[in-house]
Amino acid sequence: MADIQSPLPGTFFHKPSPEEAPFKVTGDTVAAGDTIGLVEVMKTFIEVKAETAGTFKGYSVDDAAPVTAGQTLATLGD
Amino acid sequence: MALKILKPGLSTSIQDLGRPGYFHLGIPISGAMDRFALRAANMLVGNPEDTAALEAVFMGPQIEFTEGAVVAVTGADLPMTLDGEPVAGWTSFAVKAGQTLGFGFLKAGARAYIAVSGGITTKLDLGSRSTYPIGSLGGVGGRAIAEGDLLPVGAGDLSTAGRSVAEELRRMPDTPAKLRVLPGLYWNRLTEAAGHGFFEDNWTVAAEADRMGYRFKGGRALEFVDREQPFGAGADPSNIVDGCYSYGSIQVPGGTEPIVLHRDAVSGGGYFTLGAIVSADMDLIGQLQPNTSVKFVKVDMEQALAARSDRKAMLQKIRDALR
Repeated sequence: MADIQSPLPGTFFHKPSPEEAPFKVTGDTVAAGDTIGLVEVMKTFIEVKAETAGTFKGYSVDDAAPVTAGQTLATLGD
Repeated sequence: MALKILKPGLSTSIQDLGRPGYFHLGIPISGAMDRFALRAANMLVGNPEDTAALEAVFMGPQIEFTEGAVVAVTGADLPMTLDGEPVAGWTSFAVKAGQTLGFGFLKAGARAYIAVSGGITTKLDLGSRSTYPIGSLGGVGGRAIAEGDLLPVGAGDLSTAGRSVAEELRRMPDTPAKLRVLPGLYWNRLTEAAGHGFFEDNWTVAAEADRMGYRFKGGRALEFVDREQPFGAGADPSNIVDGCYSYGSIQVPGGTEPIVLHRDAVSGGGYFTLGAIVSADMDLIGQLQPNTSVKFVKVDMEQALAARSDRKAMLQKIRDALR
């Protein structure tokens, strides 16, 4: 299991835009460098990327939830 | 000597104490959001206090040093490592040619100041190296730093490693942050109840918080005293005939979410401003993350000037201790 942590504080989004599907759903294969969500801060959206490959085990925080730097956003399994 | 930027961070910019004197032309003062922390960082490495340094917001850059120097990082609690070994904040340390400074996840505060002995010596625009991207002034050709940049550094004092600012002199906001407000010219536009409510309510920093302004949400909407809007003012009761804004002034568009104008803000416009954050507390705003709790505290001019003296005295203590 590997945690994907927020690089900075802000608001976390599961989707690239409100009308689109989430970046990942449970069971998806994740490659290193895949975007799994967005953190909005200072009117900027920062892509959160997986550092390792694995299987997506789900988001740890709700869509549009406030997050702090270092908070776990999603987990990956083997 | 140069700083080689391996990773830029989020919006890391070169800042000094700013570019005052052009606000009447619409050019903001810019400069460090937390001037206290910038001054302290420069003192630690033996630089004049107005020397240009890096302001990193929410996340740190990754920097390689091309030659030996003394470095200090102040402000936000952003854990850092030199070639993988932890180094302490608010403390100067020596770096050797080829070493890399990196940062971990932000623990507290919002902005870290990375000062290097000799200072960053990019081009001066209107007397300052501070980055103002909208006007393409200062910084690296008018922008924030980017991967691959080589930032020139002057000749510095290499004997200042190992100096530290005492913990009680590391000024950071309380929880909730208390921001002192001096009511201003347009205060009488508010009803008495709205004026009280502004100071009673709990506010939080909104996502829209940057070098131009900090927006707050969560408090009650303001109510205005009825009036016939004067010629030239918009129809909304929060509108005025265009006026000047000051550094720290608090505008409340539509009466809902207050915005404190900060270092890169516009110099005038058509919103009433209910007052201004006292200058001593503007540095604290620079250390607020989104979703932080805030209380506004009403002060009078005497209290505002006392706050300014206290802040000056605290800086003087650091100066004296490092002399």
